[in-house]
Amino acid sequence: MSESEKSTSRRNFLRTVVALVPTVSVAACAPFAALKRAPAPQVYAPGYFSRKEWAFLHAACERLIPGDQNGPGAVELGVPEFIDREMEGPFGHAAHWYMQGPFACAAPEFGYQSPLTPRELYRVGIAALDAHCRRCFGNLSFAGLPPVTQDLVLSGLEQGGLHLEGVSGGSFFGILLQNTKEGYLADPIHGGNKNMGSWKMIGFPGARADYLDWVEQRGVPYPLGPVDVAGRRG
Amino acid sequence: MTAPADITMPRTDAVLVGFGWTGAIMGMELTEAGLEVVALERGELRDTRPDFAYPKSADELTYGIRHQLFQDLSRETVTIRHAPGQRALPYRQLGSFLPGTGVGGGGVHWNGQHWRVLPEELRLKSHLAGRYGKGFIPEGMTIQDFGVSYQDLEPFFDRFERVCGTSGKAGNLNGARVAGGNPFEGERSREFPLPPLKDVHGALLFAKAARELGYHPFPEPAANASGAYTNPYGAQLGPCNYCGFCERFGCYLYAKASPQTTILPVLLKKKNFALRAGAQVLRVNLDSQGKRATGVTYLNAQGRTVFQPADLVVLSAYQLNNTRLLLLSGIGKPYRPATGLGVVGRNYTYQMTGGVQVFFGKDQPMNPFIGTGAGGQVIDDLNGDHFDHGPLGFIGGGYLGVIQTGGRPIQQMTLPKETPQWGAKWKQAIKDHYLYTVNIQTHGTVMSHRDNYLDLDPTYRDVYGDPLLRMTFDWKDNDIRMTQYVTGKAAQIARAMGGKSVEVKMKQFGEHYDTRVYQTTHNVGGAIMGEHPESSVVNRFLQSWDVHNVFVMGSSVFPQNIGYNPMGLAGALAYWSAAAIVSNYLKAPGPLA
Repeated sequence: MSESEKSTSRRNFLRTVVALVPTVSVAACAPFAALKRAPAPQVYAPGYFSRKEWAFLHAACERLIPGDQNGPGAVELGVPEFIDREMEGPFGHAAHWYMQGPFACAAPEFGYQSPLTPRELYRVGIAALDAHCRRCFGNLSFAGLPPVTQDLVLSGLEQGGLHLEGVSGGSFFGILLQNTKEGYLADPIHGGNKNMGSWKMIGFPGARADYLDWVEQRGVPYPLGPVDVAGRRG
Repeated sequence: MTAPADITMPRTDAVLVGFGWTGAIMGMELTEAGLEVVALERGELRDTRPDFAYPKSADELTYGIRHQLFQDLSRETVTIRHAPGQRALPYRQLGSFLPGTGVGGGGVHWNGQHWRVLPEELRLKSHLAGRYGKGFIPEGMTIQDFGVSYQDLEPFFDRFERVCGTSGKAGNLNGARVAGGNPFEGERSREFPLPPLKDVHGALLFAKAARELGYHPFPEPAANASGAYTNPYGAQLGPCNYCGFCERFGCYLYAKASPQTTILPVLLKKKNFALRAGAQVLRVNLDSQGKRATGVTYLNAQGRTVFQPADLVVLSAYQLNNTRLLLLSGIGKPYRPATGLGVVGRNYTYQMTGGVQVFFGKDQPMNPFIGTGAGGQVIDDLNGDHFDHGPLGFIGGGYLGVIQTGGRPIQQMTLPKETPQWGAKWKQAIKDHYLYTVNIQTHGTVMSHRDNYLDLDPTYRDVYGDPLLRMTFDWKDNDIRMTQYVTGKAAQIARAMGGKSVEVKMKQFGEHYDTRVYQTTHNVGGAIMGEHPESSVVNRFLQSWDVHNVFVMGSSVFPQNIGYNPMGLAGALAYWSAAAIVSNYLKAPGPLA
């Protein structure tokens, strides 16, 4: 397949996906009730995601890693900002993945076999999931659902019970969860893990990277808090 | 290549295709012998400064997760299938294995697990037939002898350890057993150049439990310097500081042995050596009879084709790339599994890993972030033929132990199996277990089989228009039996370590090779060495049987996989081959065997 054929077929594919209404059911199409707004977007202005996508991302991240007594959640640590920044870089564009066709379905052991780049997968995945939610939940998008319903929808994607039209719900959930954990646990230089919040919670000293003085302090807690690549102390 | 190249360079004595460990070794040895040598590397120039400098190197996302230093699959990759007759699909994202690229190759971001080989593994087929009878090797298993002995290679194992400043403890010095080292290893002529690294808490708990169960723990040989060191070339290493950013990362401390830290400071200054980065070799050019290489053709960084004439061509790229270049260049007969005839691509194998997790309570922090690439405590009792395979019904084995390489939280977070993948319970689990978990790794052989092999893909191509290499590979029952036996023993040791709970991860019968999950970058075979041209691509000196001025380096030449990490053997074989070239081939160019 030539480059021009590939980009044409990808455009057609995207057009088809966007045009189709997701035709599915989640295990529990919860009643229209107990509405709660998603957490308000932060000051960071997204470069890639639209306003609606940005609302989805906040709502989903907050359910995947919620804030609680154990420590900060994904939204508090800036994970949506991390994911938005990743979309604009080589990862979002699949710059280092083999993306030549032909594309074929395969057993999961053969890994990612879709023509969609991560940024395309987010775009069609969010649209398909929001359309599904509006259809099932009284015209509410995912961000407008109560947390317990959001959790059911995410579980449906994870376990394969919820199928999205034109895009693999499992692939979309997989990349969303992977990127959420990355943003939560990566160095703050990438936009997430603000103030090294997750590192302080689990006890990782970050970029200290020098433990000659502690290797033989066996079974003794490490006494110093984290530092990051930019030289800040957590 | 029928089209003439855009540019023809002046002739050189030797050209190296790929400039990682084996390219650097060959470059050094051949220039020392007075040859003019040109090294061609497809990737970029890299050095400790500025490329691996602190603090930017302590960034898990960039190096550990986004694979900054590895092969760019958008340009070239492989296709994979589980069996002949299936349609192979591209390895689109890095997962199961991580080939290097750039100056230093995989030598930049390896762990430094610096083993030799067990003497019986070099003559595996003969050894097994002698101990268990010829019928012990099952139908379809295509293992064979390397054609070189441990005694042949001993000086070269020693040489590579001296170059790397390897830290360890001998267990067998000139036939005499030495306390504290590996009692099962082959004879060493000398002690390691540096003493072992310090042990973390989890490694010592493992060693104590293993010893109490009758095993023989010892420190894993590590090309991570335990102290300041100057190697025979005059290159200097500094002591490792247990930073926890080793495998997948360049070393910011000049402590991990790499071409950059041990050979290049001397080699790059030589007047009879030239390095060209951004040079993608497309073909080895042959004379009209196909019996002699005339040089290589490559694409330079400007996109022009360049012909580099050379008297000697050394393939020193990654295993997969060496095999592919032989196939693309028409050197040697391609292997066909249906007939068993042909040799190039034959006996592709991999390695089999397993793991046991020991979860401790909050009274015992393990400080997982304190890590080295290769330091730790291991046992070799279940490797090679150190135990009676007769009643067990499998061939092979592996080593196992605690090698704490770091606590990088995205990749190296180990949680109990029942933990949900997300939500408040996942968060609770990372808080409860991050500091308090020890991993035992098992690392073992995979035997070669008739239908696990490499050839050229009929559909998919690289950005230069050439066919991708196609990998046909799946697990066989023999190797599943091996890992279940070895990992089962690891679980017994784990239960004696005093943790709160133990979990075992190992392959099950019927489980297929999963390209998504990192296992090892120990792909081997495809251009195997041996005693006969009908069953090997290169002879015992790594010289092509078909084109005598082509030599093939690296784990491409292993006829089946060994239990250990392969770099120590690949490095020693490069020195062994270089010695044969310098001592014999240059005086009378022609077949050496």
